[in-house]
Amino acid sequence: MTDAPLLIVGAAMAGLRTAESARRAGYAGPIEFLGAEAHAPYNRPPLSKELLQTEGHGHDEVAFPIRSALEQDVTWTLGRAAASLDAERRVVTDEAGDEHPYRALVIATGLRPKPLPIPDHGLTGIHVLRTLDDAVGLRSALRSGANVVILGSGFVGCEIAATAAKNGCAVSVVTQSAVPLERALGPELGGEVRRRHEAHGVRFFTRDGLFGLVGDPGVERVILTSGVMLECDVLVVAVGSDPNTEWLDGSGLDVSDGVLVDGGLRAVGDDGVVRSDVFAVGDVARYPNPLFDDVARRVEHWNLPTETGKRAGQLIAAHLAGADCEPLAAAGFAPLPSFWSDQYDMHLLAFGMTYLADRRELVAGSLDDECVVEYHRGDALVGVCGIGMRSLVQSYRSRFTVPTAAV
Amino acid sequence: MIKIDVDMNKCQHYGQCVFEAPEVFQLNADDKLEYVAEAPDEMLADLEAAADVCPMQAITITRA
Ligand SMILES: Cc1cc2nc3c(=O)[nH]c(=O)nc-3n(C[C@H](O)[C@H](O)[C@H](O)COP(=O)(O)OP(=O)(O)OC[C@H]3O[C@@H](n4cnc5c(N)ncnc54)[C@H](O)[C@@H]3O)c2cc1C
Ligand code: SF4
Repeated sequence: MTDAPLLIVGAAMAGLRTAESARRAGYAGPIEFLGAEAHAPYNRPPLSKELLQTEGHGHDEVAFPIRSALEQDVTWTLGRAAASLDAERRVVTDEAGDEHPYRALVIATGLRPKPLPIPDHGLTGIHVLRTLDDAVGLRSALRSGANVVILGSGFVGCEIAATAAKNGCAVSVVTQSAVPLERALGPELGGEVRRRHEAHGVRFFTRDGLFGLVGDPGVERVILTSGVMLECDVLVVAVGSDPNTEWLDGSGLDVSDGVLVDGGLRAVGDDGVVRSDVFAVGDVARYPNPLFDDVARRVEHWNLPTETGKRAGQLIAAHLAGADCEPLAAAGFAPLPSFWSDQYDMHLLAFGMTYLADRRELVAGSLDDECVVEYHRGDALVGVCGIGMRSLVQSYRSRFTVPTAAV
Repeated sequence: MIKIDVDMNKCQHYGQCVFEAPEVFQLNADDKLEYVAEAPDEMLADLEAAADVCPMQAITITRA
């Protein structure tokens, strides 16, 4: 089957970057994208920010440019989900029953939001946010004066809260945590984020959860576990995400929490053996990062689809050219995670894995203005986050290094 | 020649582009982005990389 393509399942950012990188590394053969969404790859961060508050913004405003290298010999099968993988035969079967043979496979199916943790009784007015279609639906619900309840206070929940407050909605955030962004940024910055939201009229119900919903046919009120009852026209569920790996059940790959891959982004079987022709990239991939330790993790930051895609593309090109991939794979993979968040006029920028820290230290500025916070685990710097102070935050990039093995 | 255009309404001065193509992009003393509008063809890969890593997707690269 030498004519079978490089098949990329999941036509979004990570898949696109992988294809670009494989081309750059010399793979000139056919590429096929198989994607569940009807849209060509687009950028998700604006979905909780500009696009959510700008009537009329759609795919054009967020589409990724398709570079000239991908104009030739690329097939886009969109609006079709993969249903199963037969890794022995090298065939993916889609939901319509059509078979897609491959020479090399890239798993780039990302995540989907966790659902409402209590029964929804078929009520309307309940939203999640991951896709462009989700964002367009939510945008039309965030009318001025609407009572909006957001369950969850991670980045997506906080950004939706800020956008809804700017739109003139009455916003309540319900969260298990003591402060928003607690897990990601710790109590100090989290507390400051809360103060800034409250200054824009957002109310917080912390260490709380959802007990029940009232309404017909749309949600009208929510009852919290604390007993508080809130008026609610729009309920947004933003309590984290699960990897899209059901289609890989029975394929022999380790999909216990995302797709386990080695330092070359090659999938590992549940027998522990590395598959030389199956790769996973982006949010769905789980891999160790020697900048921090040897624990395999999924990391949901925007720069990693690009980092994982670049690296996987190099190995794919080598593999399809019949070259020995081992030296490339052995070179290791140690990307520095970076993330940012915009809420009101607050611009957060972070590097590393702040959530691994057991100790935090304010090293510049003050929390209520611009500042930089360092995150440490034991003696090691594991992250840095700033509000403003860009140059100082950027200067930390060179301080994250792979420890040289103890002699 | 390659033309570089940054939509300054979108740019939030994150400086990610600076690391991919420092010859073209820089943060000045006030943490604001400064860039040159034209670069030689040999820089295409670096400039595409800079456009790719821009969180605001504010950078457009065109070959003149
Ligand atoms: C609202 C929002 C705001 C964000 N803001 C920020 C931010 O400010 N900063 C930051 O650092 N990060 C942010 N992120 C995270 C960042 O966008 C993600 O890390 C990135 O989108 C991951 O890309 P991906 O290609 O790995 O996965 P995804 O973007 O999830 O793409 C996976 C694709 O695979 C498709 N798919 C799923 N199952 C199948 C199947 N069975 N068959 C075929 N196709 C399938 C999906 O439909 C989807 O198109 C945000 C994410 C969201 C949702
Ligand atoms: S990466 Fe983008 S947002 Fe950041 S400074 Fe460069 S152009 Fe501006």
